[in-house]
Amino acid sequence: MTLIDQPATDASAAPSAPAYRLTGVTKTYQQKGRVVQALKGVDVEIATGDFVTIQGPTGGGKSTLLQLLGALDVPTTGHVLIGDKDLATASAKELEHLRVGEVGFVFQAFNLIPTLTAAENIAMGLEPLGLDRAERDARVADALARVDLSERADHRPGELSGGQQQRVAIARAIAKRPRVLLADEPTGNLDEQMRDEILTVLEDLNAEGLTLVVVTHDSAVAKRARRRLLLEKGTIRDITR
Amino acid sequence: MYWTYLRRELSGRTKQTAIVAIGLAIAIALVIIVNSLSAGVRDAQSEALASVYGVGTDLTVTGAQSEPSQSGEGGGGGPGGGQFDFGTDGGQTSSDGTTTLSQSRLTTDFRRGTLAASTVDEVTAVDGVAAATGALSLTNMTFSGELPQAPSGSSDSSTDGSTTQGQVPQGAQGGQSGQSGEGGQGGGFGGGSFGVDSFTVLGVDPAATTVGPLSAVTVSSGRALAASDAGTDVAVLDATYAASSDLSVGGTIDVGGTTFEIVGIAASASSSADTASNVYIPLDVAQTLSGAGDVVSTVYVQASSSDQIASVQSALQTALPSATISSQSELASTVSGSLSSAGSLITSLGTWLSIIVLAVAVALAVLFTISGVSRRTRELGTLKAIGWSNGRVVGQVAGESVVQALIGGIAGVILGLIGVTIINVIAPTISSAPAASTGRGGAGGGPGGGMGGGGFGSTLQTASDIVLHAPLSLWFVLTALLLAGAGGLVAGAFGGWRAARLSPAEALRAVA
Repeated sequence: MTLIDQPATDASAAPSAPAYRLTGVTKTYQQKGRVVQALKGVDVEIATGDFVTIQGPTGGGKSTLLQLLGALDVPTTGHVLIGDKDLATASAKELEHLRVGEVGFVFQAFNLIPTLTAAENIAMGLEPLGLDRAERDARVADALARVDLSERADHRPGELSGGQQQRVAIARAIAKRPRVLLADEPTGNLDEQMRDEILTVLEDLNAEGLTLVVVTHDSAVAKRARRRLLLEKGTIRDITR
Repeated sequence: MYWTYLRRELSGRTKQTAIVAIGLAIAIALVIIVNSLSAGVRDAQSEALASVYGVGTDLTVTGAQSEPSQSGEGGGGGPGGGQFDFGTDGGQTSSDGTTTLSQSRLTTDFRRGTLAASTVDEVTAVDGVAAATGALSLTNMTFSGELPQAPSGSSDSSTDGSTTQGQVPQGAQGGQSGQSGEGGQGGGFGGGSFGVDSFTVLGVDPAATTVGPLSAVTVSSGRALAASDAGTDVAVLDATYAASSDLSVGGTIDVGGTTFEIVGIAASASSSADTASNVYIPLDVAQTLSGAGDVVSTVYVQASSSDQIASVQSALQTALPSATISSQSELASTVSGSLSSAGSLITSLGTWLSIIVLAVAVALAVLFTISGVSRRTRELGTLKAIGWSNGRVVGQVAGESVVQALIGGIAGVILGLIGVTIINVIAPTISSAPAASTGRGGAGGGPGGGMGGGGFGSTLQTASDIVLHAPLSLWFVLTALLLAGAGGLVAGAFGGWRAARLSPAEALRAVA
């Protein structure tokens, strides 16, 4: 099944070069002695600047797909192109390079380091870039401003609400200025009001040109995406209406 | 960010950091204290040896140990098997009938063999020997006492009518020198008072000043023996002995029945040790007076250089197959007494205790680090997911372990320094008895002699009390810190290995 990228509704926000191109992607792994075929031939293209959600039942392969998109893993067969780099042939160093520069991650449980302040957590994401202190501080301040948390820079995660923690996590992901933001159930742990808060932040970032790929169970989130994909039993299909 | 993250992580889990640091601190403190005490014991041993063998002595040559003679065992009453022989002229009888007896004997140490005096020349001729001198180790024993006139037979109330005239009251066993009370049963008479006084005498070559027992002494009053003293009855006394016997320069001392003029008082260069002997007299005089002939007990040898000691030792052994050649380190092992006990206690118990505590502390550090990595799976996986390289994650985990260990190490050094300071303030005194200095003495004199010989031991041995110091060196502190750092590295290596194996996808799985 091949899904050709559909043009975004706002043509100006959808440049022509795809952020991702997946062809014939399979992923098989061993789990407790048995072979699990998580992806069974996925073909999909995601345009730069698009806002895509991936839905599907638990165990349908969503996390596996997200790991491939985040260059955390390589496909068993097939090709995953991030920009023009094929994960199938990439070295460990190149994968690391992709994770540093191309992709930002946001997790359902925020995954902030509890002992560090908001600003320090964001700086952790910049650490691999080896920036000088001034540049790093400037980027941290900019990222905090973009998620509207400048006044909470010195607060630790425990002193922030769930929504604020997720905003810090988003700031950590975008501070390094990636081309793609991958979010795994970013509103899964949040109430409705906070969910809207986060979605607004994500939409704003997308409007600025950041490609968004969001794995979600929440149809309210999916409705706000430009494109909706359904991953079921290791295969993908477009359910955008 | 590296240090900020590291600091926050360690302070964020204070309890774990404290347990590991305290464990390592105790281990490191023990290592420092044990090392320091070992050095202290070594110093004390050297000090004890220097007081006996002299500072410059590298090797000693002694005769093979001989079996104690029959008379020595059987109650002859003195070393060397000599008997006190009181003939008719053995004492003076006063007007009240009390007979006063006094006799001195100068004998060689019955437990040790002697060497021909020519051995000194043989030793000197060996390659690598810078200087050699011989000394004759002797013991002077003075028997003195009073024997009251025996009561007449008619006044004797003995039930069996027999008398015990002239019988020496028995029972002065165990080193009490001869204060006997009213003795015997019924018919005995008492009132006899006997004493045995003994001191050690060393016949030394008066011309030898660079090597030998007198090389480590300082003359506190009078003068040292000089080459011109050969053949004359002059003596130099150990300061402690002189003080206890109330003798001083210008006075005289009876050695083997001959009156010697005291020309000098010598004290050990070390403030806490006595010198090798109580009395020093010229070697030739000692040989003549003791009747031992042209012999020496010990040859003190100085090697040309310290790296030649081993070769000189084997050359001497070849040249003198029947003699015993001992190096300073071998002599160190002969230092007995509580110094030796302290040495073995520290080296065995102390070392093992340090090793065990260190192993436990490192094991704790390893376990905590590994469990820390497991607990932080999501955190470390997240770091990998947001671009941290394996090396950076491993470096972080290992760095935390090393810093944690160094905190323990520094605390341990402080603890160790406090411990060492306390030891130095208390300055425990331990006794040392260089076994080679004189015979062991102390064996009971036996009933035949009647005079308790048990007391000889303390005077025959040159027992000295040495203050144990625990010297510290920068090297101990550095070694301790290195050990702590190494412990941290071991823990960090295990933790890092776990972290490196962690798949970055773990972070995502954890929330899937």
